[in-house]
Amino acid sequence: MSSTEARVPAGLLNPAERELMERTWRPRGGVWGWLIATDHKSIAKRYIITAFVFFLLGGIEAFLIRLQLARPENHLLDPDQYNQIFTMHGTTMMFLFGVPIQLAVALYLVPLMVGTRNVAFPRLNALGYWTYLIGGLFLYVSFFLNTGPDAGWFAYVPLSGPQFGAGKRVDVWAQMVTFTEIAALTAAVEIIVTVLKQRAPGMSLNRIPIYVWSVLVTSFLVLFAMPSVALASTAMLAMDRLVGTHFFNPAEGGDPLLWQHLFWFFGHPEVYIMFLPATGYVSGIIPVFARRKMVGHTALVLSLVATGFVSFGLWVHHMFTTGLPQLGQSFFTGASLMIAIPSGVQIFCWIATLWAGRPKFDTPLLFVIGFIVLFVCGGITGVMIASVPFDQQAHDTYFIVAHLHYVQVGAFVFPLFAAFYYWFPKLTGRMLSERMGKWNFWLFFVGVNVTFFPQHFLGLMGMTRRVYTYLPETGWGPLNLLSTVGAGIIAASVVLFLANVVRSLAAGLPAGNDPWGGHTLEWDTASPPPPYNFAHIPVVDGLYPLWERAPGAPVVTGMAAGKRQVLVTSVMDAEPESIYEHPAPSVWPLIVALAIGVTFIFGIFTPWAFLIGPALMFTPLVMWFWPKRKEPHERSFAEEPA
Amino acid sequence: MRRPSALLAALLPALALAACGHRDLSAVDPAGPQAARIADLTWYLTIVGSAVFVVTVAFLLYALWRGHRRVENYSGEAAERHIHRWIYGAIGVTTLILLVTLIYNFTTGRALANFAEPDALTIRVTGHQWWWQVQYVDPVPSNRFETANEIHVPVGRRVRIEVQAADVIHSFWVPNLHGKVDLIPGYTNTTYFRADRAGVYHGRCAEFCGYQHARMDFLVIADPPAQFAAWYRNQLRSAPPPADSVQQVGQQVFLSTRCAMCHAVRGTDAGSHVGPDLTHLASRGTLAAGTLPNLRGSLGGWVLDPQSIKPGAYMPPNPLKPDELHALLSYLESLK
Amino acid sequence: MKRTPAPPHLRTLAILALAVVPAAGCKSEQRSFNETPPGATAFPAVQTTDIQAGPKTVDPSRGAYQENRWAVSQGSTLYEQFNCAGCHSPGGGGGMGPPLNDAEWIYGSDPENVYATIVEGRPNGMPSFRGRISNPQLWQLVAYVRSISGLTPKDTWSPRNDHMQEARPNRAARPQPQLP
Repeated sequence: MSSTEARVPAGLLNPAERELMERTWRPRGGVWGWLIATDHKSIAKRYIITAFVFFLLGGIEAFLIRLQLARPENHLLDPDQYNQIFTMHGTTMMFLFGVPIQLAVALYLVPLMVGTRNVAFPRLNALGYWTYLIGGLFLYVSFFLNTGPDAGWFAYVPLSGPQFGAGKRVDVWAQMVTFTEIAALTAAVEIIVTVLKQRAPGMSLNRIPIYVWSVLVTSFLVLFAMPSVALASTAMLAMDRLVGTHFFNPAEGGDPLLWQHLFWFFGHPEVYIMFLPATGYVSGIIPVFARRKMVGHTALVLSLVATGFVSFGLWVHHMFTTGLPQLGQSFFTGASLMIAIPSGVQIFCWIATLWAGRPKFDTPLLFVIGFIVLFVCGGITGVMIASVPFDQQAHDTYFIVAHLHYVQVGAFVFPLFAAFYYWFPKLTGRMLSERMGKWNFWLFFVGVNVTFFPQHFLGLMGMTRRVYTYLPETGWGPLNLLSTVGAGIIAASVVLFLANVVRSLAAGLPAGNDPWGGHTLEWDTASPPPPYNFAHIPVVDGLYPLWERAPGAPVVTGMAAGKRQVLVTSVMDAEPESIYEHPAPSVWPLIVALAIGVTFIFGIFTPWAFLIGPALMFTPLVMWFWPKRKEPHERSFAEEPA
Repeated sequence: MRRPSALLAALLPALALAACGHRDLSAVDPAGPQAARIADLTWYLTIVGSAVFVVTVAFLLYALWRGHRRVENYSGEAAERHIHRWIYGAIGVTTLILLVTLIYNFTTGRALANFAEPDALTIRVTGHQWWWQVQYVDPVPSNRFETANEIHVPVGRRVRIEVQAADVIHSFWVPNLHGKVDLIPGYTNTTYFRADRAGVYHGRCAEFCGYQHARMDFLVIADPPAQFAAWYRNQLRSAPPPADSVQQVGQQVFLSTRCAMCHAVRGTDAGSHVGPDLTHLASRGTLAAGTLPNLRGSLGGWVLDPQSIKPGAYMPPNPLKPDELHALLSYLESLK
Repeated sequence: MKRTPAPPHLRTLAILALAVVPAAGCKSEQRSFNETPPGATAFPAVQTTDIQAGPKTVDPSRGAYQENRWAVSQGSTLYEQFNCAGCHSPGGGGGMGPPLNDAEWIYGSDPENVYATIVEGRPNGMPSFRGRISNPQLWQLVAYVRSISGLTPKDTWSPRNDHMQEARPNRAARPQPQLP
């Protein structure tokens, strides 16, 4: 052991040690360094960018849908193209944008907010990203080769089954689900373990920021919901289509409704996977812009947990017209109404905080206010369609499309934009333009309302979903045209956002550590943060560490600057337990992800892929898990063997 | 920040617009008790929901305005208690509204479900990709017949619809009369409704079922009882023999080319159930599952090239010589 | 502090480039609703024997739809609808009519031969469907019939149908016919 890696003196790091720390944590350069990166910020940033690109692609698909429907009997898209495009729109937004971006932002922020240096399993994190990227590219390359799925993002059997889903299109969809599911599960595991075991000392459970709670609950939702869709699509549907099983064939004892149950058991928690982190952003942003501590912290946390639990009891409300027994359906009505209560609690606490504070109307707060308005509207239409009789009229009409976009765009994308504006300075070191931000917000708010509000009426006027055209006599033309105009406004708003980002990356105001006066730990380090996040792990003594901390507050010392060490703490009170050494950047996650790709992509064409793929995976896994000579955990902080 | 209230002020009259849209497909223009009960619930939900929205947004705007005028935060023990009382109150009001809604839901749902009646008129509807097979099921076998894409019901009598699916999942929806019920392969679902006023009501398929899901409409026509009985008697009859030589040629074309491979006309040798039954084609209001009006021109266009009207449908193009087409159309028009 | 260079932007560009690549199109997934694709004439030149003087005169691009997955799927639907299954069994196992899922072809297995069989009819019970089935549908049936005998690419084979599985065609071990 060289002298520079010898025992660390007690006390703050001196300049030589800081230099050592920089060198230890510095990522490798060049393309190779980028491929083997394990820094959570680096992985999360590429995750966010990739997910945003999918958002743009999904938005283009939506715009094509709106162009086709702007006039009755339009001929822009034929039925086959239209089916592929609306399927791709839903699939992209739900699987490739919605869940990944929430997990990606969490992977960036959570280690910073809980005061640690990286997520718990850095290489697993990389594996998750590569798997996601391969899945998304697979879907889009197939789409451009005319093999994109065309049975809807929900792929109901028998339409998606072997007899009526001709070709390989639905197989592509089923396997894409596999990739995104693996990625989501790895991210969920990361978040749970990091939050429970790697918090800064003193950050007991009751001092965890609400945003971190929201992604913790979300991760549990991912863990329990994703396997359902994986079983249904990767296993059962793929086997029905490729191998000849009869899971969904009623003539041989199978059941098409089984697909619906399995899919929606995942599908309902899925929307809460997207929504809960959004409420987390809001709960993080409001105190900063109201310049006051949040009202009802405990109530907000309990609301998140309650929403998470109850969200597993709602799925049949997507199946109210399938002829299930009335008593059973009533249970799901009750649960669907009940989940409005924790959401209501959150809204009341937010409004109360704004009332009791001194709001500062910067762009993040504007998006939060827009979110509250749109979410209340979407939530109310949600209560409406939770009612079975009303849903029997509204199901599968544009009323549902209106509702789902109010809650998805309004209650998920608006907070996401608030989060972009709020945390962009931290990620990049530059501020976004406030003027462009305000234009962005207003265009988006107006656009969303013009696009989706008329669709409530279209639904009640009988316009069903997933129709590539409609007759002029129905009278749906004018409202559809209005909706398309709104889509154009949304497009303008998104273009403005992109322009804002590009311009600010080049010439935005430098942000400094803490441009907003934040209260969470990520604002206590540079913008963007160094690879090791904090030179010294902070010690937390309150719920609002940056607002409550006295100058000269303690930090953790005694960790080796020459090793990639993180502090492992206890679950409840975050008392230090041990020091864990993280691995160096590694290429094996990428290789394993490629092997997963080979397995599931070629598995559509030949069963041999399920032998060759795992065989390819064997060696990289061995290399990945090859044990180090030393134990990664160290019990004693100050002592080191000579 | 005037936007949300303005939106809301537009809501109520705009909802009335929904009723003024195409009358035949409106969910808030009931023509029978089932749809009426649902419409009542709809109005309740809309009014209460709008009120909640207005009140909540008003609170939000007030909070922003009040907070904006503050010089100092409202904090401290007493302040927290004061705020908490308001929040408890809001939670209480929310819970109460949801409970009332839940109960109203249950009572409406029960009323809808208890609409069964043993001697309701029974109609079995089987959904195909992209047309509706309709069979009138009578206890007496000689009183049964089959038609397609159009249902007639007597005003004031309860109707039982049994739905089945021949291929993929479809959904039977007549907004003016009742909520929708899904057609799921392997299941027979049942729904009841009654039309209380005579008229033509449009129905649609409401579950994505493939390329022509958009063009899978049907008609439900409520006739006064005497008219219904006459229609029923007519539908029971087989097709009459051709009346003149042109129709004779037309029938020959029908039987000797592709038509008879998929379509049935009772009273002839054509008995295939692949496509819609054409025995009384000329008595229907629309063609191709609600896509075209039942006129000679549209029928000619449909027969010649269905793929340009419903691309992806199972009916192939039928290039016929002009005189063959003319004769065929005359024959089809005789199938009243 | 050294930042990693271009790759993130390159990747974004690559993804965007992918997004604007014009649809190359994959012929095997093409859905042709309204026409018989090129290569399928109304009544093709049929070669009934391998013996001939000089080079082959048959159009090498013969047999529309032979590699089109949707066409094979449509063919399987038509096979049921037009009751080919009535004589040949669902899946082509044979019954009153000879099996279609084996390697024995009495009248030839080239697409034109199968087309001719359906259109002309054959002795001993195969009816003629001339004028009864449209041309695109005939070629879809031809594609399906050849697929259940393993003569089309493997990824076009129609998977199982959503009904009772009476006959299980043996797809695994099927000898390929001897083609010249």
